[in-house]
Amino acid sequence: MTSMWFILALCFELIATAGFIVFIVKQQKWMFSVSYWLLVVGFVFHTIFLGCRYYSLGAAPVLDLKSALSFFSWSIIGVYLVIQARFKLRVLGSFVAPLAAFFMTISSAVPGTVTPVKPIFKSLWLTLHVGTIFVGNALLAISCLAAVMYLIQERQIKRKRFSTFYGRLPSLATLDNINYYAILYGFPFLTAGMIIGSIYAQFAMGVYWQWDPKEVWSLVCWLSYAALIHERLAVGWQGRKAAIMSIVCFSLLIFTFLGVSLLMGGYHSFGNMGGR
Amino acid sequence: MPRIINIGLNHETAPVALRECLAVESRNVQKALGLMRSLDVVREGFFLSTCNRVEALFVAEEAEEAKRAVVSLLSKMGSIPVDDFSSCLYTYENMDAVTHIFSVASSLDSMIIGEPQILGQIKEAYLQSTREKMSGVILNRLMHKAFHVAKRVRSETDICGAAVSISYAAVELARKIFHTLEGKKVLLVGAGEMAELAARHLLTNGVSSMTVVNRTFERAVEVAERFRASPASFDEIEDQLLVADIVVSSTASPECIITREMVKKVLRKRRNRPLFLIDIAVPRDVQPEVNELNNVYLYDIDDLKGVIELNMAQRQDAAVKAHRIVQEEVMKFEKWLKTLAVVPTIVSLRNKVEAIIQAEFGKSRSALDQLTPTHRKAVDVLIRSIVEKVLNDPILFLKGKAGRSTLNDYLDTTRKLFSLDEGDESSRTETLTGNGPC
Repeated sequence: MTSMWFILALCFELIATAGFIVFIVKQQKWMFSVSYWLLVVGFVFHTIFLGCRYYSLGAAPVLDLKSALSFFSWSIIGVYLVIQARFKLRVLGSFVAPLAAFFMTISSAVPGTVTPVKPIFKSLWLTLHVGTIFVGNALLAISCLAAVMYLIQERQIKRKRFSTFYGRLPSLATLDNINYYAILYGFPFLTAGMIIGSIYAQFAMGVYWQWDPKEVWSLVCWLSYAALIHERLAVGWQGRKAAIMSIVCFSLLIFTFLGVSLLMGGYHSFGNMGGR
Repeated sequence: MPRIINIGLNHETAPVALRECLAVESRNVQKALGLMRSLDVVREGFFLSTCNRVEALFVAEEAEEAKRAVVSLLSKMGSIPVDDFSSCLYTYENMDAVTHIFSVASSLDSMIIGEPQILGQIKEAYLQSTREKMSGVILNRLMHKAFHVAKRVRSETDICGAAVSISYAAVELARKIFHTLEGKKVLLVGAGEMAELAARHLLTNGVSSMTVVNRTFERAVEVAERFRASPASFDEIEDQLLVADIVVSSTASPECIITREMVKKVLRKRRNRPLFLIDIAVPRDVQPEVNELNNVYLYDIDDLKGVIELNMAQRQDAAVKAHRIVQEEVMKFEKWLKTLAVVPTIVSLRNKVEAIIQAEFGKSRSALDQLTPTHRKAVDVLIRSIVEKVLNDPILFLKGKAGRSTLNDYLDTTRKLFSLDEGDESSRTETLTGNGPC
């Protein structure tokens, strides 16, 4: 039953992605509306899937790579739907949906682990910790996508060579704004998630901070984003430099999310979460 | 069968001197239509006169005679002998004329493809034509279809998408950088015709304030007054660069006025706000290396021309698609036009049936008078629905044959079957003789 919801969510998200890609090529508004609503339906199925999983596990479904990827994909879509309602920027979907669908596809390909959940994870703290972190991550993912769009558009205007993207992408000011505000709102979530995590660690393990690889890398990410926000606010960084920096920061974040968990061990790694 | 004829000249066929003579003021369109009405051969007429074209579109039975009459009308209006301009005229008939007017309305025949004014001009001319009661069944339908085609072309193709003039291209680029021009500040360095045009476009698109700088301060004051801008002296350029978002430069200076060093110095103080420099001057006013700086975008006259060429090519591509739409609509119009030939027969068929109903009602009046009004109405409805059903198939059959070469045989048979040509209505004979294959 649960896997059926997962498959439905995956299918709708993939079809929506295809629709968004057709939309950016053909530029037909109805194509956007169709894709948008397909994505909404996919998101609903995805939410049901996560709800079922949460119910059956008794803990947030983020404890193995498969679940974490699907949860990340869900957060990205959720945050995108909120941003879309606010900014009504059609082209954004054509960048966000492929990213979300990409994570979802990998998630579907990765085998899930069936091990009993450790009692320590059956806590509201875990839900809060990963919930805030992933909302933050999703916002930062969107800021990274806006940065990519910015760099494409900026390159065209600077080099005076216009491809088909020129007319389809919004203005530099809009893209820079999205990049800026996504970080500005994403960063507090990241911060809150890390603080909640450390309180949770104190409760669960008796230490706030234990130099676990994930903790260290998260701190590195946090510091890079803090530096970026500082440069923006204090020095007035904007445009190209800020865009490149936010892409670098997001790469660090992805490494922290996936690379550290898979390669470096520590109590955050998926291997250790499974109870082996 | 009446013919649709279009006689005219445009920017491609006639030199401007000739167009000037023939292009009449809008009030003279009325005169032209009046003259057209006085021609017996012209049944419906439409007259279009813009700076790039003069066209007469009319419907006539006797094509050759009407053409001669309209050409001499043109020569009378422009006071030029026919021989002086007949070589510049083009003449289209029937579907070619329809194609032509559809293309003109869709701005496919314009000097700048996709320019939007022509549709308004055609609408105005059509309004005049209806006011002068020169527009009938065919022209009404034709012109409304022309507006429809123009609308389709505009919404389904990119024909009026991108800018094709230097100043519009500049505004469009500014929009791609700043999103909105509202609240942005413009610095106008030097003043030339093109720079002023660009400045004017920026102002009409929402730029909030403008400063004018010139070598001679008096000239700066003079230009500033015209734009309600503030003047500044030439030495202040660097200070002005601090606040400006868009710089339009066109001085006659032989060396660069705005250098890379200068812009680089102000960038940090500007807190990296984007700066868009438009250099229209030849030789250039702004050092090309300025473009290498972050968040600074420099476009010189050649760059802008490049943008325009690109946009022009895009419009040409769109025009191909637009021609296809025009062809599609011409075919639809042709189909409609052909059903016109069937209409008189159908009308007389209905007239005849109506006459029979009335006559039979008259005969049975005494019996029917005893019925209540509701019953009488029911009888009336009954009779009419039976008649409608009987007539329906022959009418559909005739409409289906519209445009076929055998149509006239069928019309003839129908008229004989129902003996429609007996009696005194002159219109019946007229339709039969007038039904040449077209």
